[in-house]
Amino acid sequence: MQNLITTEQLNSIKSEMKKKHRDLLVKRFFSNKLALFGSILMTVIVLLAIISPFFTSFTPYELDPVKRLQPPGAEHFFGTDNYGRDLFSRIVNGARVSLIIGFAVAIITSILGMIIGLYSAYYKKLDGVLMRISDGLMAFPAILLAIAIMASLGPRLENVIIALVIVFTPSVARTVRSAALVVKEQTYVEALKAQGASASRIIWLNIATNVLSPLIVQATFIFADSIIIEAALSFLGAGIPAPDPSWGNLLYDGKTVIFNAWWMTLFPGIAIMLSVFGLNLFGDGLRDLLDPHTNKAKK
Amino acid sequence: MKGYILRRLLSLIPVLFVVAVVVFLLMHITPGDPAAVILGPEASPNEIAELREALGLNRPVTEQFVSWFGGVLQGDLGNSIFMKQPVLQAFFEHLGPTLSLAIMAQILAIVVAIPLGILAAKFRGSILDQTFMGISLLGISVPSFLLGLFLILLVGVELKWLPVAGYKPLNDGLWNHIKYLILPAIALGSMQAALIARMTRSSMLDVLNANYIKTARSKGVKESLIVIKHTLRNAFIPILTIIGHTFGTLVAGAAVVETVFNIPGIGQLIINSVERRDFAVIQGSVLLIAVSYVLINLVIDLLYGVIDPRVRLGRK
Repeated sequence: MQNLITTEQLNSIKSEMKKKHRDLLVKRFFSNKLALFGSILMTVIVLLAIISPFFTSFTPYELDPVKRLQPPGAEHFFGTDNYGRDLFSRIVNGARVSLIIGFAVAIITSILGMIIGLYSAYYKKLDGVLMRISDGLMAFPAILLAIAIMASLGPRLENVIIALVIVFTPSVARTVRSAALVVKEQTYVEALKAQGASASRIIWLNIATNVLSPLIVQATFIFADSIIIEAALSFLGAGIPAPDPSWGNLLYDGKTVIFNAWWMTLFPGIAIMLSVFGLNLFGDGLRDLLDPHTNKAKK
Repeated sequence: MKGYILRRLLSLIPVLFVVAVVVFLLMHITPGDPAAVILGPEASPNEIAELREALGLNRPVTEQFVSWFGGVLQGDLGNSIFMKQPVLQAFFEHLGPTLSLAIMAQILAIVVAIPLGILAAKFRGSILDQTFMGISLLGISVPSFLLGLFLILLVGVELKWLPVAGYKPLNDGLWNHIKYLILPAIALGSMQAALIARMTRSSMLDVLNANYIKTARSKGVKESLIVIKHTLRNAFIPILTIIGHTFGTLVAGAAVVETVFNIPGIGQLIINSVERRDFAVIQGSVLLIAVSYVLINLVIDLLYGVIDPRVRLGRK
């Protein structure tokens, strides 16, 4: 009997459908104005963090006691801090610290959360143990657990990342797990099992690819939360050690002179606010796009 | 209902056990010798050895855990090395301001957010709705300590309306007490308010479209009655959940906001202890907060049964 359609034709139709679907998603994302605004905001912040060292004439560490606490002006357009350091270059460098931490935490928690979530969804016995541990970890308010871990590990950038990974991994694992549980019950997974597919093949090729949407959305929010908690930790003196510019450190310095130098609080504060706002808008947009169920109530 | 309560209580045991293990491990993940870290670089080897002995660090880890956990179960959280007093005592001495602040922020958030959420749901899609939701998204994006700093700049430095630092206990008069807490409570409560408003809006929307609401409307029930009695009551469980689940976050957030406004609460206790590496205080405070968070959630879960009979009759 002759085939009505060849395998190549089928594949080309499939890839065309995929492309159409992707184009549709991109179009819908860009039609969401808030999400678009969020992504533009983030792009600007990332670009500033990367390229600005090439056009600022001051380094973030350059002391100039004569020019301490200068208000914003032509030379230092965000003003100077209480040691005469240029606030703009310190904020831009702080952006780099925040972005590195946020990105690293989002990536590492996604990988760990995915492994833990997938395996506990697939193996019932593992599930009981892993989910009790994550329940226990989630009983701690995030910021408090982060402070406590930092108290033990000591203030360093790497330790901030470790602390935040410990704090956020359980919630990622839970998200992945609940999405994976739904996928696992689908008939095609049963069919694969009946065909004798190995557990790791099913977990990584069939379930993992179907839990990516909620995972990506949550990673965006964890990025934002990491920026907030890093700033809080540094502000409290338990984050990035002092001479290094991080937004939290800048706010800490700013608080000591809050009655004399408003710019030292306002500018780093706005930097934090804008990047978190941008990430939240971006995440909201992604969620509306990738995960229509949660959006039903809003419409 | 009894079976439900019992099941919930039993499910707490593993969670609380994990909480205890995590808190215990906090001291042991320190790179190097905890005793040396606590005493600082100027301590002599003899002093370090003495403290190791006193803290029981020379015993096997499992043995240390058993004796520490035994103490915790009897209400003994150890002693603060620097304040020379039991951790439990230090904690309760600092609890007042933190609770006052957290409760005031919570009340503020509820009073502002629920009406706004209801209005936004009622006039969904209107400019009012979009403005509220835009502001609430902004509210979620501004961390409480940052909002606190902004409020100090605006109200304290520019307008000079309210005190920006310090704390007066309730004994100094109610207004004095409240006056010092207004700005911190706004700072702390705004994110809470944003969350509650969003949750109120979306769960009201879920219910407003239900058939029984249409029925009530077609029977000519007054619109205000529909919104308050028929909708809000049924939409209340998700709202209550978010209020309960975020109360722990609120207490933890209070700890950070306290530092901004120099309020002598749990936050200052913890931060000072972090600086001094006073592990017993950090462990004890974190443990108490986590346990009370778990218990608050238990109470909330049990309250579901009171508000919504479907919970206590039907599913677990």
